[in-house]
Order: sequence, then C-alpha cells, then structure tokens
Amino acid sequence: MTPDLECLNLVKKFGATTAVDNVSFDVPPGSFFSILGPSGCGKTTIMRMIAGFLDPSSGDIKIRDRSVLNTPPNKRPVNMVFQHLALFPMMTIAENIGYGLRRNGLPKPEIARKVDEALERIGLPGIGNRKVDELSGGQKQRVAIARCMVLEPDVLLLDEPLGALDLKLRERMKVELKALQAAFDTTFVYITHDQSEALVMSDQIAVMNHGRFEQIGTGRELYYRPDSAFVAGFVGDSNRWAGEITRVDGDGLEIRTDSGLLLRGASHGRVLSVGEKAQIFVRPEAIRIAHDAGELDHFDNRMTGRVTSLLFNGAASRIIVQDPEGREEIEVNLPQSGEFAGLARGAEVQIGWSGAQGNCFAAGGH
Amino acid sequence: MRTQAKLGLFLLLSPLLLWLTLLILIPHVDMLLVSLRERIGVGQYQTSLANYFTFFSEPLYLRTFVRTAVMSIMATAITLLIAFPVSYYIAKMARGRVRSALFLLCLVPFWVSELVRTFGWMILLRETGVISKLLQYLNLTDGPVELLYNDAAIMVGLVYTSMLFMVVPLVTTLESLPDEVIEAGYDLGGNGLSVLREIVIPHAMPGIVSGCIVVFMLSLGNYLTPTMLGGKDSLWFTELIYSQFIVRFNWELGAAFGFMLLILSSTIVWGMLKLTGQSLEKTMG
Amino acid sequence: MIPSIPQSRFLTASYTAYIALFFIFLALPLVVVAVFAFNDSQFPSLPWEGFTWNWFFGAERPMIGVFNERPILRSIGTSAFVAVFVSILSVGVGLSNAFLFNRYRFPGQGVLYVLMLLPLVIPGIVLGISILVASSRAAEGLWDLAQWDVDALRPGLTLVILGQFSFVATISTLVIAARLQKFDQTLEEAALNLGANRLTAVRTVTLPYLMPAMIGAFVVAFLMSFENFNTTLMLVGSDAPLTIAMFDRLKEGSTPLLNAVSLLLMLVSSGLALIMIFAQRRT
Repeated sequence: MTPDLECLNLVKKFGATTAVDNVSFDVPPGSFFSILGPSGCGKTTIMRMIAGFLDPSSGDIKIRDRSVLNTPPNKRPVNMVFQHLALFPMMTIAENIGYGLRRNGLPKPEIARKVDEALERIGLPGIGNRKVDELSGGQKQRVAIARCMVLEPDVLLLDEPLGALDLKLRERMKVELKALQAAFDTTFVYITHDQSEALVMSDQIAVMNHGRFEQIGTGRELYYRPDSAFVAGFVGDSNRWAGEITRVDGDGLEIRTDSGLLLRGASHGRVLSVGEKAQIFVRPEAIRIAHDAGELDHFDNRMTGRVTSLLFNGAASRIIVQDPEGREEIEVNLPQSGEFAGLARGAEVQIGWSGAQGNCFAAGGH
Repeated sequence: MRTQAKLGLFLLLSPLLLWLTLLILIPHVDMLLVSLRERIGVGQYQTSLANYFTFFSEPLYLRTFVRTAVMSIMATAITLLIAFPVSYYIAKMARGRVRSALFLLCLVPFWVSELVRTFGWMILLRETGVISKLLQYLNLTDGPVELLYNDAAIMVGLVYTSMLFMVVPLVTTLESLPDEVIEAGYDLGGNGLSVLREIVIPHAMPGIVSGCIVVFMLSLGNYLTPTMLGGKDSLWFTELIYSQFIVRFNWELGAAFGFMLLILSSTIVWGMLKLTGQSLEKTMG
Repeated sequence: MIPSIPQSRFLTASYTAYIALFFIFLALPLVVVAVFAFNDSQFPSLPWEGFTWNWFFGAERPMIGVFNERPILRSIGTSAFVAVFVSILSVGVGLSNAFLFNRYRFPGQGVLYVLMLLPLVIPGIVLGISILVASSRAAEGLWDLAQWDVDALRPGLTLVILGQFSFVATISTLVIAARLQKFDQTLEEAALNLGANRLTAVRTVTLPYLMPAMIGAFVVAFLMSFENFNTTLMLVGSDAPLTIAMFDRLKEGSTPLLNAVSLLLMLVSSGLALIMIFAQRRT
C-alpha cells in the first residue's frame, strides 16, 4: 500500500541553524501519526513544510506518491488544524466550514448540505448560524476539524490543537479526536510536546529532538524499549542515574553510579563495554515495594531503604526512598491495593526491580 | 468610604463636564442660535431661517458645498486605496526592525506642520517648480507647466496630508490579524484575492472605518490645502465660512454655513458607521 | 500574501516597488523644503544658485536669516507659549478623564464617553467659529450686564488655547486611558495592603506607571497645538502663532526663509517625537 504521506531526507536550514536535519518517515493510510518533541525541536517546521508554508532546503515530500514541493499551499491535498485553530472570527460557523467548499466552486445547495452533514458528524447540529466566539473551547476544536474534513484531504495536519484547552477538556478531547479520526477514516499527522496526547491517540509516534527523529514506533515501544537516552528521559518518568559500566555479560550489565550504588541493568542490544560512562533509566512503576525482603527474591536489584517523602497523587501516588547509605533517592510507584496505605515518612521498606527494566545508554550521546 | 467615593467621582467629573459644556456644547448651541437670527436693523435681530434660505438659494454656496463633499469623499477613497497596501506591507510582510522603521518613516512627515507639507507641494508643483523644471529638462514639455492651482493639486495635498490617519488605524487592526488565520485561508484552498476579500478586509473593517472617518473629517474641514494649492475656481466650503466670518463679518450666515458643514460631516460619519455596523466608541476609542 | 505563502517573483517585486514609490511620495515634499533652505537665491525654486547658510544666520537684507528675523522668532515664542498651556491643560484633564472612565461606573457614562469623543469628528474650523461666537456673545452679555470688558473673551491667545484644548483633550484622554486600561489594579491593592492610603497608592504606584503615557500625551498635545491651523485661524488676535505668521508670509510670496523655518520645525518635531518614542520604549 502506498503511504499517504512520505517525507524523504527532509532538511530545513534557517541561516546557520538546522531546524530539521535529514528526517525521513512515511505514514500509512488511515493511521494516526504523531511527532512528539520539546518546543524548538523542529516539529512545527516539519508540519509547515508539509502544509506548504515553508520550503525544505532539501529532500522531498510526497502525498500519495506524488511530490508536492511545487504545489502551493492552497492546492495541496492536505489541510491543517492550527495551533490556535485560526477559525475566521468574521464568519459564522457554517461560513467557516463552507469556506474551502466555496473556494472549490461548489454550488450553494451542496455546500449547505455538506456543512450540515459535517456539523452532524461532529455532534453539533444546528449551530451553523452562530458566531465563532459563542462556542466553547471544545466546540471550536471540533469545528476546526470539520472545516478541514469537508474538503476530504488526504492528510490532516494538527499543530498542538489541544494546547490552549484546560486539563479536563484536554483529557476528553484526546478520546474525541481519536474517535473523529476513526469516523472520518483519514490520515492524521499530529504534533505535540505532550507525551500523554501522543501516547493515547497515536498508532505511530516519532520522537524528535534537535531536528532529528530519535525513534519511530508505537507508544508501547517508545515507553518500554526506548532507543536513546533522550527518548527514555522524555517519554514517561524515570529514575535516572549516571555511572560507569563495571561488568557486561550478554544483554545484562552492571553499573556503578557516580555516588557508588551498584545496579544491574540491560543494554537491549546496544553496544556497551566495561569502563564506559553510561546512563541508566528505571521507571518508578517498574520498582516493586515490599515489607519483607523475601518477596523480592526473584529481582536482581534489591535494597532496603527509608521513605523520605510521600507524594500523594491519587492513582499516581509515589514515595521517595533513600538507599541505606543515603546516596541516592529513588522514586517508586505506590501500589493501589491499599497494602501500603499506612506507610509513613521514615518507615523502612524493601524495594527491588528486575535488571531488564534498567535501560542503559552510553553517556555523551545526548 | 462611600462619601469619599462620591467626592472622588465629583472631582473627576467636573473637569470633563466643564470642558464639554463650556467648549463644546454651549458654543455649538450659540452657533445654532446665531445662525437662526436675521439682522433687521442696527443691533436688531429676529429669529428666522433666512440664513439657511440664502444658503440653499445661492448656487455658488450650494455648489461649493457639494463639491467639497464629493472631493472629500474622493480624497478619502484614494487615501484608503494608497494606504491599504502600504499598511498591509508594514503589518504583515515586514518583520521586526524593518517593520518598526517603516512605520516610523510613515509617521515622520506628520510631525511636521501641515503648512510645511503644503509648502513642499507648492515648491514641487508650481510653474517654476521642481517637477516643471524636471519635465523641461527631460524635454517632455516645451515650456514651463503649471501643475498648481487646480483640483488635482488639491487632491494630492489632501491625500498626502491625511495619509497618516489612514495608515495608523489600518496597521493597528491588520497587526491584530494572526498569520495563522491568513494561512488557514490558503490552506483551505483560498487564493490571494479571496483571502483578501473574505478574511483580511472584514478583519480590517474597524480600522478602515475609523481611518475613513478621520480622513474624511480632515479633508472636509481643511482650509490650508485648498487655499494654497487650489485655483480661483476650486473654492472649498471652509473658505466660504472664513470669508463670511473674517472678511464680510456676516456671522449669521457664517454660523449657518458652519452648521451645514457640521450636519454634512455628522451625516456621512453616521452613515459610514451604520453601513459597516461599527460604533463611534469602537472605532475611535 | 504573508512571507510564508509562496508568491510569484513578479508580484513580490512590484509590491516592493510600490512601497518604495510610496515612501518617495512621502519624503519628496519634505526633502525639497529642506534642500531649498540652503539655496542662495531669493526664491525657493530651481535653478540652484549655490549653498548658503544665510537663510538661517544672515543679518543683511535681502537675506535675513531666521535667527535675525524678529517677527518669526516672536511667533515661535507665541506658539511655544500656547502649546505649553494646551499641553498642561490637556494632560491634566486627560488624566482625570482616564481615571473617571476607568475606575467609576455611573449613569450616563456611555453618553459622556461618546460626547468626549465628539471633538474628534467636528471639523476644526467649526470648533473655532463656535467658540468665537460663544465667547463674543459672552463678552457682549457681560458688557450689557455690568459694563465689564473681559479681554480674554476677545480673539486672542486665551481663545486660541481654549480652542486647541477643546479637541486635544480628547486625544490626551485616549492616550492616557489606553495605558490605564492595561494597569493591573491588584498592584494598587498591594500598596493598600502594605499600608498606603488610596491617594498615596495612586501617587506612588499608578502615576509612575502612567508616566510614559503622560509624557507621550504631553508631546502629542504640544505638537498638535504647535501645528494647529484651522482652529487657530478663527480665534487668533494680534499675536500670531508661527503657523499663522508663516501662512501670511506664504500668501505674499515665499522666500527660502520659510524653508529655513520649516527645516527647523522638522528637526524639532522629529526630536520631540523621538523623545516620546524612547520614553515609551523604556517601559
């Protein structure tokens, strides 16, 4: 199957700085593709190049196998939901949605019919005569998507459209966006700096940093098998230590952190050798907590620690445990079974985790 | 606390009321009263509409009145047409330093007296002026050409003098149009013309209206430019008012003229606001 | 039609050319005025007779420079005198109005606001004659009533100041109100919370914040007054401000002396404008 969108060796330079550095990817039809990265990583630049508002310095952009580099933005079969939505405040909702159809010279009755259909589809029938500023944030969001979808684009680009919404609404819109994508059955390319948006909605996620793609994969792959220290640090929370490799056997290894803690980790196929500086990442939820050391026998990392802080946060509650010598603080997820509900500051606990959960990367790469 | 608030309100209200009553309301009422009296003997007056009858029955007055109105509207339209692309360029095309510099350059001529600007055009346009000399030098004409003292010269002067008052509100409103919205217009298939018509101009409407109102007012009430640049036949209505007041000392007729000018300007301003659905507070305040 | 939208080269080039032409149009009259101030000739026109400073410093007929031309110097003084008064009055009233419309809610406020804007849409010459008519009727009234002759009500500088103030006040109100609108009132509350009384809070917190706008309003008022022609023309008495004096001379025929005065005006105005811009940029 030909991909809906294909970017080949895309490069964009602004003077001496390289905003996008040799990025290639393709997006299969009907999928939800996200580009995730911190602000300034170049993700907006990629999106603007796809939409046609920037010319790449080199490389190619193909939509359904045809290069669009020489196609002006108003002729490209892609549409964009802008960061601040860019709904036209001087027009009604119906005029907003019908804008592109009018440009295509459709007869008036057909425009009206399509607009009504679109409003129906986004669950806002009958609001066509309202003004843009009469809508709520979530409604505007849906109108902005409908305005693009009536044109049946090959690819819909979304530029952090949830950024301006408050937290509760953002959570709801994530689910809704995914549902809309399924309903319209269109390829979505979504950029965001919010990992949870990317993880929840996407089929594929590209993690971007300093103009390059660090890794492309499903949310699960990025989360559990990060390819680089940047991805490990950027996606999800991690305990993170720097140290030196002291022993390597196969995929497993041993690392002594700078503060002297000896931990077991895994290289997951990366080449690491004894004496090399490295970083190790361990997710708080990968660490088990127990009252009795015997329960943790099957883990190759075990220690007795003292609780220094309780971070109550509902389902995401954590504790911070200090190792016996007081060298490191380790964040550990609190199980929700109620077993540790009575835990107090200063209590002694046993913690342990499997070495395979400790992702190691050579230091200095990023 | 309440009495203190009342005292504060009273203290702040009094300068405003004094200003508006003594310098705006009472003078205009007085002007109306004077325009409504007819001199029937030395120091004897009676109330009548005689001055307004004179205005409507004398073709010179009426013609000048209409001419002034029409030319002011034309000057406003021309100023808008010239200023819009410039304002758009400053607000949306230029970036950073260039933008501030261009905007500042637009303002500079208007920190200088209108008299100086008009004087500049006289030096350029008159028979012995720079342009006439240039045309002769280029052998485009045989002898000196008089470009001054005609309606076109008035038009140039009015447009030049009003330019700032069109550019500033236009730049301000156009700047407030996010690039994103223009890009969305293109992204959804629009071209330059349709984006201009459906997005840029509707957005700029408050600026267009306030610019047009001010420019129209300034043109209508201008005295200097028509006097200096206009010819014998291009009489401006303000010149009639001046001559009734200062030369002929016929204040009654002059006041009636003043009132006609006020009515004309109010009507057109009001019409402009109604036509575009704007309000005075929104466009001026 | 913004930089991110690709445009044909021809279109971009013609647009840029148009902008260049526009700025030439703007500069042209001012440049010729400035250049001919240095022409060693009796007339501000071609041919160029050579460079001279005489129209500034000359002391002998027929080339008496600005700095030796008594009537012109006096009229500059008159203009400055009027402008200072108009500016002080306008900034004072503007400040009071800004507080009134920003801080108080009272019946009839909307109407008053529109009334306050009206002077902007009244032709200057009408403002002038209406004040002329009203003041002379007041003078007649006072004479009839008490045989009292009030000089200030006859055409002259007092009326010129009042006439200019009548519309400049609107502009200074708008300038100051715009900044007061942006003021975060919790700052004043913080001052109250820290022990200041209301007046002290305004004096120590709000007024310093408004200072750039007040300076701006003062400069704008000064320039508008200095340049005003229409209103002044109707109200002027025997002491002519600069614009009126120049107008009278221009009617008689111009000499490069007027160019020299104009050039000085340009320099001073631009200087003032720059001061204002810097005053506003610092905050």
